[in-house]
Amino acid sequence: MLWNTLLLALRAIRRNLMRSFLTILGIVIGVAAVITMVTLGNGATRSVSDQISSMGSNLLIVIPGQRFGPGSEGAPKFKNADVEAIRNQISAIERVAPVVSKTATAVYQANNWSTVVTGSNDDYFQAGNWELADGRTFSESEERAGKAVCVIGETVRDKLFGRQNPVGGEIRIKQFACEVIGLLKPKGQSAMGSDQDDTVVMPLRTVQRRLSGSQDVNRLTVSVKAQTSIDAVKKQLTLLMRERRKIGENEDNDFQVMDTRQIAETLTSTTRILTMLLGAVAAVSLLVGGIGIMNIMLVSVTERTREIGIRLAIGALEREVLLQFLIEAVVLSSLGGLIGIALATGASIGLAGMMGVTYLFDPTINLLSFLFSAAIGVVFGYFPARRAAGLNPIDALRHE
Amino acid sequence: MSDTALIRLSGITKIYGRGQAAFQALKGIDLAIDAGDFVAIMGPSGSGKSTVMNILGCLDTPTSGAYEFEGVHVEQLTRNQRALLRRNYLGFVFQGFNLLSRTTALENVELPLIYRGAAAAARHAAARAALAQVGLEGWEHHTPAELSGGQQQRVAIARAIVTQPTVLLADEPTGNLDTHTSQEIMSLIGSLNRDHGITVLMVTHEPDMAEYAKRIIHFIDGSVDSDRRHEDAA
Repeated sequence: MLWNTLLLALRAIRRNLMRSFLTILGIVIGVAAVITMVTLGNGATRSVSDQISSMGSNLLIVIPGQRFGPGSEGAPKFKNADVEAIRNQISAIERVAPVVSKTATAVYQANNWSTVVTGSNDDYFQAGNWELADGRTFSESEERAGKAVCVIGETVRDKLFGRQNPVGGEIRIKQFACEVIGLLKPKGQSAMGSDQDDTVVMPLRTVQRRLSGSQDVNRLTVSVKAQTSIDAVKKQLTLLMRERRKIGENEDNDFQVMDTRQIAETLTSTTRILTMLLGAVAAVSLLVGGIGIMNIMLVSVTERTREIGIRLAIGALEREVLLQFLIEAVVLSSLGGLIGIALATGASIGLAGMMGVTYLFDPTINLLSFLFSAAIGVVFGYFPARRAAGLNPIDALRHE
Repeated sequence: MSDTALIRLSGITKIYGRGQAAFQALKGIDLAIDAGDFVAIMGPSGSGKSTVMNILGCLDTPTSGAYEFEGVHVEQLTRNQRALLRRNYLGFVFQGFNLLSRTTALENVELPLIYRGAAAAARHAAARAALAQVGLEGWEHHTPAELSGGQQQRVAIARAIVTQPTVLLADEPTGNLDTHTSQEIMSLIGSLNRDHGITVLMVTHEPDMAEYAKRIIHFIDGSVDSDRRHEDAA
């Protein structure tokens, strides 16, 4: 009986190809949208955490304020002396790079390009895993004197110098001229999606004097010597900074020491929220698809009521008719779900490639949206049919 | 009326609606039909002829009274048992054909066999044979929309007889057809009764069509008005 009913259901689907297609379409689009959005979001989250952890596990970042990002403005910034203090007082520390960043327009001949100018010391390149493609980094005397020299990234080179060798060239930033002494090897996109190669690095003093106009340091990047406990260094660093910033015993820190794992967590929590938002928007499209199915099912119920009357008249049992409609609905919506999953897989892989995020197959979201679509089809395909099959055959036949 | 009647109705009533709006369509029908008979049920609109037909076909249930089919009390059967009775003993032909649209003639005719659980090969063979019997050889793969009214009714007849039913119930089978086609359909139904021994119950309001029957029952206002044998019928 089951086989026969399946046969009947498949025949009914084939008989109403256009309606079946429209029924499926809503599910396909809804499922594909949900899966694609969530997959891309997950991929972005993974890319962020991958890139952060590729920075190495021996890295600590010290920032003012209790939070990463907005809201940290109130806390006092670090001073140049902090860098020296950390370097002198904590033996397990290998490098300390202060960071001051300013947006500025760099000009070379007729070309100009708005970029981020970072002020730091020589340690910046080692701690940040930067390698030189050409030229050199700052010497100690240049650092101390705050000389107008800079090392530029690949993007800046491309925008200002084209294919020329920039080393030895002179670019203008704001009102001062700056000699290019080195070119960095390209690193590509950062975890936040910005172009890491769009950078100009100068000695800390140069930026403080000529661009930011203060002695503040926005951030400290600290690398820890191999074979030492990062947690112990974190603790020492925290104590030292509390002391230097004169924080009372019962007061909270007004700065934060984060290792790469924490940074990854902070950043991925942002992308995770975005993923959820995108998924929710896509879920609305799945819901709209469900309403579309409901419409088509209800509109076709007139014709199908008569069909049910015919089937009952020629001797179909009520449960046979119902089973047929159930199977029909399940087959249709599962088919829609499967096509949606296939479409989503294709779209996710394609978009992930374009956006430069990792493609991650998420079985939960695939299964969930598949089940949801199947449930919609079954509910809206089955219940109108059940109403019709409960009629007297003659009433169903007379239905117009 | 013999005791061996295939169908026996006693005191059948049917009331539609309730209270003030209640309408008594049948007012106590007593009727016996023998196996192999060809009965035409006639009467004006609202006389209850279609109602009695639907009750005979187990498509509708009487408000009161007894309906025996081969000695089985149909009024006591469940919905499913009545469906099985329809499946195994009855064949239907309707005025409006009631074929599944966008479905080929062959598949329409196969439908009752699918519910009977027949194997695919046997099903195809029986459906082809039934279509050949109604003169539609070569039209197996046409859908109702591609067939004329007369051809559609032939498909419906083929669907009704493919299960070799005991009784063929036809509700105004020629109501939507022109005179010439009507006569073709009637002689087809007549031959099924004559050559295959299928008991035929037919509702019609056209006296010309009733001429094909062996027995003509007239209904007026929910009761039997006249019941006569048609001597000339073959």
